[in-house]
Amino acid sequence: MQLQQMYQEIILDHYKNPHHHGLREPFGAEVHHVNPTCGDEITVRVQLAGSGGEAKVLDVSYDGQGCSISQASTSVMTDLVIGRTVDDAFGTMESFLELMQGRGQVEPDEDVLEDGVAFAGVAKYPARVKCALLGWMAFKDAVARVAGT
Amino acid sequence: MTTTAAPLDVAALRADFPILSRTVRDGKRLVYLDSGATSQRPKQVLDAERFFVENSNAAVHRGAHQLSEEATDAYEEAREKIARFVGTRAEELVFTKNATEGINLVAYAMGNAATSGDQAAQRFVLGPGDELVVTEMEHHANLLPWQQLAQRTGATLRWFGVTDDGRLDLSNLDELVTERTRVVAFTHLSNVLGTINPVARIVARAKQVGALTVLDACQSVPHMPVDLSALDVDFAAFSGHKMLGPSGIGVLYGRTELLSVMPPFLTGGSMIETVFMEHSTFAPPPQRFEAGVPMSSQAVALGAAVDYLSEVGMDRVAAHEHDLAAATLAGLAEVPGVRIVGPTDLVDRTGPVAFVVDGVHPHDVGQVLDSLGVEIRVGHHCAWPLHRRLAVPASVRASFYLYNDLDDVTALVDAVREAQKFFGVA
Repeated sequence: MQLQQMYQEIILDHYKNPHHHGLREPFGAEVHHVNPTCGDEITVRVQLAGSGGEAKVLDVSYDGQGCSISQASTSVMTDLVIGRTVDDAFGTMESFLELMQGRGQVEPDEDVLEDGVAFAGVAKYPARVKCALLGWMAFKDAVARVAGT
Repeated sequence: MTTTAAPLDVAALRADFPILSRTVRDGKRLVYLDSGATSQRPKQVLDAERFFVENSNAAVHRGAHQLSEEATDAYEEAREKIARFVGTRAEELVFTKNATEGINLVAYAMGNAATSGDQAAQRFVLGPGDELVVTEMEHHANLLPWQQLAQRTGATLRWFGVTDDGRLDLSNLDELVTERTRVVAFTHLSNVLGTINPVARIVARAKQVGALTVLDACQSVPHMPVDLSALDVDFAAFSGHKMLGPSGIGVLYGRTELLSVMPPFLTGGSMIETVFMEHSTFAPPPQRFEAGVPMSSQAVALGAAVDYLSEVGMDRVAAHEHDLAAATLAGLAEVPGVRIVGPTDLVDRTGPVAFVVDGVHPHDVGQVLDSLGVEIRVGHHCAWPLHRRLAVPASVRASFYLYNDLDDVTALVDAVREAQKFFGVA
């Protein structure tokens, strides 16, 4: 059934038990993003150490309201970027973007995306791609703001 | 809404709508419950549009050749049909791109009054101290034009609140609508709550203080008998694609005495009387507000849609949808964890029916429903402040039309239970 393909167990697990959830101190920047079509919103805080692409992502914390896809995707994102350099994190983000914009035609690399591969089914539903990218786009924005200060 | 009208033969009507015979998501019966967003079109409407294009297509109100004459006649005939359908005269109807453009037309025309140089247009001039009144249940299309007009002119935007059960709170009507009020803009039938607002009461107060009334009739004109003259509003707007017609056409109603002194919004070809390099004068309404070559085949098709609806009978359409709303409310009341966003009784209320499912986000509900062929709307339905007021981030909305039946309602309720099961909340 298509529904199970989209809502993989991994997604439902992250939705019910999100990783790194909640807003924490300290943080270098905080951003608030919304999905204007559905009203979902998310606040993301990022704490970096160092500067430029070599800066290390010390923490990403978040709070918000949204559907299972946006919440689970944000949870997976924190797993993938915390402890990595900004360059690495952005590289992973590019892979995730490619997967999500691939209309289901892109074969995800589990070594890179880990739990993120579960979103391959979501890519077949263009209306939900924005949901899956909400947290990621907020993270990107927050990093840019830290770097800009 | 009591009526003795004969029930609709839905099966026969459905046969007129080609799209309803297709399947979705791997062979599922299409349960289309999103007519509040856009309605489906019967063969009669599609045929009328095609016949016009194949036989009489030409730019209307231009040229003197035979096709141009025929096209102009067809276009104006459509205007007359639509005028009869809503109880007005043809010269009081302006064709627009959609209802959103119709409402913006009024707001921008008012904004243009100050610099129009026309003494008669002075009655539309707004400034600090003037007030525009809307409601918290408005679709963004009847909120943002007034919000932005207030910003441009220095006028103040005020609004009626909404009660917890989804009714307009008119308890402060006399304090809110005062001699400072210049415009009262409100919806006839909420696109989320299904609430039918007391137009007469609001219009009476607006008249007392000399304020103009603007009615968003997008959900009422397609779904119930509406006589704009009897409602006595100054302006009203509705969209073709929500009433079995094509997209790309909407209608703005305005009283002749107002349209005849209102400055234009869009300017250009065919809305003029005389043109010089330094200045121009404008055609009388409705042409004054129809700059450029208008959408002719869409107007003709909307005329055919109105014929179709008239033949069925709007009282029967309204009674049918009222029954579907009642069945939906009753069906969903049996599902624990479902909360209706809007009145749960049927007094001054019909479809749509919006709701939330505890523990399952509306987007996720919608996805499960879609997998079962049930096509509904999820989100805030362009009524974000209303959702904020009712403390729900978003909702699921089922909206009906004459081609829906009780099987559709059953499919909806069953699918909601499936969604609860899938997400482990039931």
